[in-house]
Amino acid sequence: MTVLSVPMADTGTASVTRRTRILRRLRRNPLAVVSFVVLALAALVAVLSPWLAPYAVEQTDFAHTFAPPGTPGHVLGTDDLGRDVLSRIMLGARASLEVAILAVATSLVVGVPLGLAAGYFRAWDAVISRFTDLLLAFPFLIMAVGLAAIRGASLTNAAVAVGIAQIPGVIRVVRSDTLRLKSLDFVAAAVVDGASDLWVLARHILPNATSVILVQATVAIPTAILGEAVLSFLGLGIQPPAPSLGTMLATAQQFAARAPWAAVLPGVVIMGLALAFNVFGDALRDALDPKGDRR
Amino acid sequence: MARYLITRAWQSALTLVLSTIVVFLGVRALPGDPALALAGEDRSPEALEAIRRHYGLDQPLPVQFAQYVERVVQGDFGESIRTGIPVSSMLSTALPVTAELAVLAILLATALGVGAGVLAAVRRGHPAEWLANGLALVGLSVPHFWLGLLAILYLSVATGLFPASGFVPLLEDPVDNLHHVVLPAVILGTGLAAIIMRQTRSAMLDSLSSDYVRTAKAKGLRPRAVITRHALRNSLIVVVTIVGLQLGGLISGAVVTEQIFGLPGFGKMTIDAVFQRDYPVIQAVVLLTATAYIVINFLVDLLYSVIDPRIRVTGDQS
Repeated sequence: MTVLSVPMADTGTASVTRRTRILRRLRRNPLAVVSFVVLALAALVAVLSPWLAPYAVEQTDFAHTFAPPGTPGHVLGTDDLGRDVLSRIMLGARASLEVAILAVATSLVVGVPLGLAAGYFRAWDAVISRFTDLLLAFPFLIMAVGLAAIRGASLTNAAVAVGIAQIPGVIRVVRSDTLRLKSLDFVAAAVVDGASDLWVLARHILPNATSVILVQATVAIPTAILGEAVLSFLGLGIQPPAPSLGTMLATAQQFAARAPWAAVLPGVVIMGLALAFNVFGDALRDALDPKGDRR
Repeated sequence: MARYLITRAWQSALTLVLSTIVVFLGVRALPGDPALALAGEDRSPEALEAIRRHYGLDQPLPVQFAQYVERVVQGDFGESIRTGIPVSSMLSTALPVTAELAVLAILLATALGVGAGVLAAVRRGHPAEWLANGLALVGLSVPHFWLGLLAILYLSVATGLFPASGFVPLLEDPVDNLHHVVLPAVILGTGLAAIIMRQTRSAMLDSLSSDYVRTAKAKGLRPRAVITRHALRNSLIVVVTIVGLQLGGLISGAVVTEQIFGLPGFGKMTIDAVFQRDYPVIQAVVLLTATAYIVINFLVDLLYSVIDPRIRVTGDQS
């Protein structure tokens, strides 16, 4: 196969110029800039939410239940128990991001080494492929159902279920990039030079595979956010009264006709977060694509 | 060809065996005595003893596994510990509902996804491409259960155009049945449509810049014929694979969609079972899902190798 831009070993100026080129491409893409700003703001709000939120999340106010958005003191209104929707959305978004990052981290910790091994050692490929098939056979919700049945519903179990479901994707991407890198001259040179397999993997293949891993992680996060929301909505994830965008929607469903804002706003936030990650992931993929201007 | 099929067949069989072991061990991984979990309300020593005998819990694990497989192969998934109804008969009423929902969602998603994908690839730089790309991104990012809630709120409750919940069997009243299922199917299909659209567009862009399309154009074929007979035909292979790969997502989606629209299908049965700790039902659900996924993906591979001779020769599907 022909490779248009030959990845360099991670030393020297080549990788620096490549990085500047990628950053320049990202900066020139307005969608990338907008989505990055949205994500940075969301991260900031999530981190600072315990201080930013105008009310304590579990603080009820039975004198002001179902206050519509725009009510003084409650910008986004209140729910059936008079709890402030804005405060709950802020902390709910924080919980969503926590679960998503935990899940994606889990999938990378397991998936990256397995992907490297499957791509680099022929003998391991078959075994790891069967493992991947096995994971794929259990759809994430069914896996979550099984985990919840065995260990009970919790935030950790939701993150584990979402994370496990993403392992096959990570393995596949890392494996195919390892296969590609393995066939390149600089890896062959390192092997001829007497480098051990572990050294080649850690110093030559992994650093050059980071871009595909990064893209995979960026597109996995919105899937994880949606996964957490689904599980919490069904009662298999974060347990009320702890705020989560999914549990907020589950409660709001019961009084949706009376207080539609409580059912609409958390969904808008979930969609906004997922959309920003997806748009940024697309932009990142385009910026990293050596074929650059094709799309 | 034969060699490729045999390899795929034994790989699928192996995965099937492994997943059966996982499901079998899952119930044994429950904290405490599995007999207690399987007993439900009646926890007298005699009842527990009967359960241990029936499920062979007093036997060594390999023997238990063999007995489990023997029962499952005969369609015996045990009884619901809540209602005492055989799980197999619960499945026979629930599965058709889910199957109908899934098939309808796949059809809608394919029609929409392929159409939008072709449009976006053919009309590059046109506002239609932007619209199609934008809608696909939204389709990927929107929580479908929320879309379902909004649909119920603004389409069913507010206007009465669609029923908000409930189900009528297909054979009883096909029109009313469709009336109940079409909205959930649209909701379930949106995510799949977005994925199919993006893959179709990408495959079409590849096809359109290929030599055989240039040849077809050079022959003087009309653009429409080039697109439908040459480029699209080759891109459709992608769609077949996606439907197979996305089956897991579709099953997960169906569980949630059924829960929201109150459809008495596989998904609702699953969620109810989790909250009632109805282990025989959960075990059957997990095993059947895994089996369906493995078998359907094997069939997709077969189909794929029939459609695309390149796969047969190299045996590579990366």
